[in-house]
This record gives sequence, structure tokens and C-alpha cells, in this order.
Amino acid sequence: MRVLYPFIAVLALIVVAFLGGKVTGLQYLLGVVLPYLAFGVFIVGFVSRVLNWAKSPVPFRIPTTCGQEKSLPWIKYDRLDCPSNKLEVLGRMILEIFLFRSLFRNTKAEIHDGPKLVYGSSKYLWLFALLFHYSFLVIVLRHLRLFTAPIPFFVPLIEFADGMLQIGAPRLYLTDSIFLAAIAFLFLRRLISRQVRYISLPADYFPLFLIFAIGVTGLLMRYFYRVDIAAVKQLTAGLAAFSPVLPAGIHSIFFVHVTLVCALMIYFPFSKLMHMGGVFLSPTRNMSNNNRAVRHINPWNDPAIKPHSYAAYEDEFREFMKDAGIPVEKE
Amino acid sequence: MYNKGTIIPGLIIFVVLMLFAIFNNAGKKIEAPKVEKPVGYKECVKPVQYMKESHMELLNVWRDEVIREGKREQVEAGGVLYEKSLQNGCMHCHTNKTKFCDVCHTFASVYPYCWDCHVAPQEDLALKEAR
Repeated sequence: MRVLYPFIAVLALIVVAFLGGKVTGLQYLLGVVLPYLAFGVFIVGFVSRVLNWAKSPVPFRIPTTCGQEKSLPWIKYDRLDCPSNKLEVLGRMILEIFLFRSLFRNTKAEIHDGPKLVYGSSKYLWLFALLFHYSFLVIVLRHLRLFTAPIPFFVPLIEFADGMLQIGAPRLYLTDSIFLAAIAFLFLRRLISRQVRYISLPADYFPLFLIFAIGVTGLLMRYFYRVDIAAVKQLTAGLAAFSPVLPAGIHSIFFVHVTLVCALMIYFPFSKLMHMGGVFLSPTRNMSNNNRAVRHINPWNDPAIKPHSYAAYEDEFREFMKDAGIPVEKE
Repeated sequence: MYNKGTIIPGLIIFVVLMLFAIFNNAGKKIEAPKVEKPVGYKECVKPVQYMKESHMELLNVWRDEVIREGKREQVEAGGVLYEKSLQNGCMHCHTNKTKFCDVCHTFASVYPYCWDCHVAPQEDLALKEAR
């Protein structure tokens, strides 16, 4: 059920969009109104979600420490896994954001005969996550050719590099195939590995199905049911210039692709996909571990409440303590 | 709100990047590319919509048939026979590369590698004159 419901949801989106794309009146709704709406929801939702996070106090240092903390000068400490200042945190964050370092550290536990518990390195998740995210980035950047006029200089360069093998016409983009392979891995991983399947929810499967469907419709449009790209660009670049025109004769598959992308943008701010912004704001990664060097005071402490030391406590209750037979430090 | 100094600039960078296409296109009028149609020819080897969407596929198939399989029989359109060839077939009518092919290709940032080997007829003439 946890797999089936998200699958049906994506299928329903596809069917609705496909049929809608065949009706001229609905084409305007799917091709013009929905993208503006979805983009608005995406930007406003994303920003308000981040602002909401920014309002939550993190009074104490809670970085995950995976190495020796900085202490005495002659004890070597781990600069990346237990950063003690902002510069080291910056290094840790850069490696996290660009190279997914915490996934690289992923391990896998196996029970062998004996019984013997064995931990081993497991880099597949890291590898495919990296491939997936970078292919997605390249694909998004490539799509700028459809939204910009004039086209910025880097877009043709990316297209050239991506289509370097010159397979077929139009050229097969390497990222297209890597993207689908990577997302297929990420999906199968949730199905095949028992432990991961146990913790997977519809909210994990839905974005996978949605993004996979976006990729497939995109491929269909480029390599199989071709669409009139000049007409498509007239629409998409018009959207970005706030003067949308809807040319006639665009194949229905285009509207499926657009509707799915809009669904993704609307879904984005309310879902786990917010890790795009969240990775920058995760206190377990972006805080330096200087608990011993710096005193961190809880910001909402009431200043009227003064510290009450044990000595003062004893002064206050000495007689009562003596009466009750409790030992006191000062007679 | 905490850490204003980093979060606000970060969000501004995010929004500006997301709105890149809008800033880029600001004030531009997006017009459909207008190609120069051949004079004196009414019918192409395939319908207009097919040619708009899938001409590259046809060219690929022709290349394979002619170069690899040696099938050089001509293609008929509106009672006229054309060669299965980019330079001598298509560009027999669509003579001007810059005013026909390039119009849409540049508009949609498509850089086909036809021209790695082929020379457009009119450019060919220009080249000869230059020599």
C-alpha cells in the first residue's frame, strides 16, 4: 500500500494531464495558469519554510561529532568531524553540500554465521545519490534554453558536453540516462533492502515516482513523441517574460511533463524535498563543537532567576538539614 | 529570528537564482521564429507538423539508408522527385541555411552536427567566390 498509493497518485496526475492536454481550454490552464501558481507556491513556500526554521532557537551546540574534539594543544583533533571554529564548519559544510560526505560514510551491518556482526563500507547510496543530484542539476540548467531569450552562454556549453557522444538525432544526453538509472536505483533500494523498506513511507515513494515520471515524459518528448520545440519555447520563454502565448499544435505529452513538474514544485515546500534548503540549516552539521571553549547561555533564560549554588543552598537550609540528619559541608 | 546575517542573504541568493530567467527575459518580446519558405514549391516530402517535430529523425533515417544500405531511390512530393540528401534534397528548395534551418535552431539553442561535414549550398558558393 505504501508503494501503491503514491504510484496511483502519479498515474492519476498523468492521465488527467494527458486528457487535459488534448482540450484547448484546459491547455491554457495546464500550460500557463498552473506553472505560475506552482512557481509561486514553490518560492513562497520555500522561503517561509526556511524562515520558520530560522525562528526556532538552537540554544545549545548539537553537532554530530565523529572525531576527536579539540582540547589540549598536543592532542590531535579532527578538524572536519569535530570542527571547533567557523572555518572548519565551512569545510565540513562544503563537503556535505557538494559531495554528500555523510552518505560517503554510510556503513552496512550484516549478520554472518557464528553469529557474527560485520560492518562494511557501503558506497552505493552515496554514488547514486551524487549521480542523481548532479544529473538533475545539469538537466535543470539545460532547461534554461527553453526559458531564456537571449540564452546565457553557459547553456550551449553544458548541452555540448552533455551530448558529446553524438548518439542519434537529437543527441542523447548523458545526464538523461544517468538520471533515470540513478533514480531507478534509489527506488529499488527502498524496495529490495528489507530494512529500508520497513522505514519507507508513501512520502518517500511519491517524489521518486513523480521525478521518475518527469524524467520519462521528458525523454519521450525528446526522443519518441517529438514536440514542436519552437512552439514549446514560445510558451515557456513567454511565461518567463510574463507575456505567455499558447501556440496551437503542442503534443499532449508536453502538458503531462509540465503538469508533473508543477506538481513537484507545489509538493516541494511541504515535503522531505526541503532538504535542499534544510542541508544548509541542519544544526548537527553547521555548528562548531566549542562547548568546552565557549559558554553558551540559553537565550530564553529568565534573568531574574539567579544561579543558586550548593553553598548558598546549604546556607539557606542548614538548620533543617541538621535536624533531618543530612550531612552538611560547613558546620 | 536567529542567524539573520547568513539566512537572509542565503534566501536572497536562492530567490535571485530561481528568478534568473525572469530577469534575463525582462522587457523582451518572445516572438515565434519565422522561417523563409521556398518560392515555387508547395509540398514537402512529409506534412508540415511532422517536419517541424521530427525532421531530424527523417534525416537520420535517410543517412543510414543512403550511406549504410545504399538505398538511393528518390522521394516523391507533389509530383516532383527529390534526392534523399540534405544538400541536394532538402536544400534544393530550402536554399538558405541562415534563413531557414538556423532560425529555429538558434531560437531553441539546437546545434546539430550536420554542418560538421555538410556545407550549405549558398555558403558553398560564397566560399568559391572567396577563392
